[in-house]
Amino acid sequence: MKKINTRKIKQIVSQLCIEANMNLRKDILNALKKALKVERNKRAKRILREIIDNARIAKTERLPICQDTGVAVVYCEIGQDVSIVGSEFEKAVNEGVREGYRKGNLRKSVVSSPIERENTRTNTPAVIHTRIVPGNKLRITVCPKGFGSENKSDIRMFEPTATTKDIKDFVLDVVRNCGAEACPPLVLGIGIGGTFEKAAGLAKLSLLRPIGKRNPKKHIGRLERELLGDINRLNIGPMGLGGKTTALAVNILEFPTHIAGLPVAVCVSCHATRSAKKVL
Amino acid sequence: MIKIELPLDRKKRVSLKTGQRLLLYGKLYTARDMAHKRLREMIRKRSPLPISLKGEILYYCGPTPPPPGRPIGSCGPTTSSRMDPFTIPLLKKGLGGMIGKGRRSPDIRRAIKSHRGVYLIATGGAGALLSGKVKRASIVAFRDLGPEAIYELEVEGFPVIVAIDSRGRDIYDEK
Repeated sequence: MKKINTRKIKQIVSQLCIEANMNLRKDILNALKKALKVERNKRAKRILREIIDNARIAKTERLPICQDTGVAVVYCEIGQDVSIVGSEFEKAVNEGVREGYRKGNLRKSVVSSPIERENTRTNTPAVIHTRIVPGNKLRITVCPKGFGSENKSDIRMFEPTATTKDIKDFVLDVVRNCGAEACPPLVLGIGIGGTFEKAAGLAKLSLLRPIGKRNPKKHIGRLERELLGDINRLNIGPMGLGGKTTALAVNILEFPTHIAGLPVAVCVSCHATRSAKKVL
Repeated sequence: MIKIELPLDRKKRVSLKTGQRLLLYGKLYTARDMAHKRLREMIRKRSPLPISLKGEILYYCGPTPPPPGRPIGSCGPTTSSRMDPFTIPLLKKGLGGMIGKGRRSPDIRRAIKSHRGVYLIATGGAGALLSGKVKRASIVAFRDLGPEAIYELEVEGFPVIVAIDSRGRDIYDEK
């Protein structure tokens, strides 16, 4: 049994919070550069250049890419041959988030009760997703999620006889409703199937897949490609001021579902789609 | 690019046209959701406001804490439409303009027109780049709100686009 101390977990989570918020993912940066080459709209090109510049400044001057440093969503894949020793696992993750947001001068955006709205001043609690997997490794991914885009996410419980066109129309409606507020160019994570919460979970999880990598299932890969084309013909563009760069990627994950239903969740993410991971 | 000295008096405001790119120099105040809620409450109760709004610009922004040696951290705009329900009483108090991102409601567009105000947009998610345009920052009200406190910012060459001008022309309707 491989032992991993919660002190180590805390330290890694803290580092990942800072890294994710200051270093834009390479695949996102490359997608932005590619979009700049393809884009013809002058204003859109200028904004894309600003966004690329911003990523460079954030990295070199050690500033957060965006002032909304998000809720820390932390994915933990725990190998079943790993033994976690020390304190409580979730407590260690939250201590890591608290430390990372303090040391990295990241914004504390979490309020304790959604109704009473008192800032916890630590950006905790994190949203923690834990999965037990084979092996003796622990993989931690921190995905800070901003709410300009999160607020535009949506879910619909379709009837089982719904067509691919119905699903596409729903996704396009979600994107139209985003306008400039979700900070396009967007990354869209879509979960299809499962149950209400499974679809939403898959939608968020799919944001971790590198831009440009298609779902290996043929029918899903095709749907991703077609949706991306349709979205980029909406003329929303960077900052909602027009252009053909409305989304950088559409990532879909599907899961078996019930004979009576077809849940579709769309998680909207901005051009500062952030994540950082480490394997212990 | 047009250089603009703040504050924005009425004469300067009516000279601005939708689609123009501006570089702002001078003083801005930050205010987002909770600060707006409090300002509206104070106006309702006829209590004195912590800042005079006359000719001033509110920037919809909740910055990250300043790293050592800097006046402010990352400081891009937040979604403006969330401030729509609070904006008309502020315009009535003389607010000159607002900076944010995204569309405003038709009511706000009309109110901007009738008060000869202006709505400006900055690039969402460019908080690190915009941080370099802020030379000084200090909290002037609602310190207890943390990132939602009202900050006074001194900016130099802060880049914005005119999104709704004093005639009510909306950039999002014209692209």
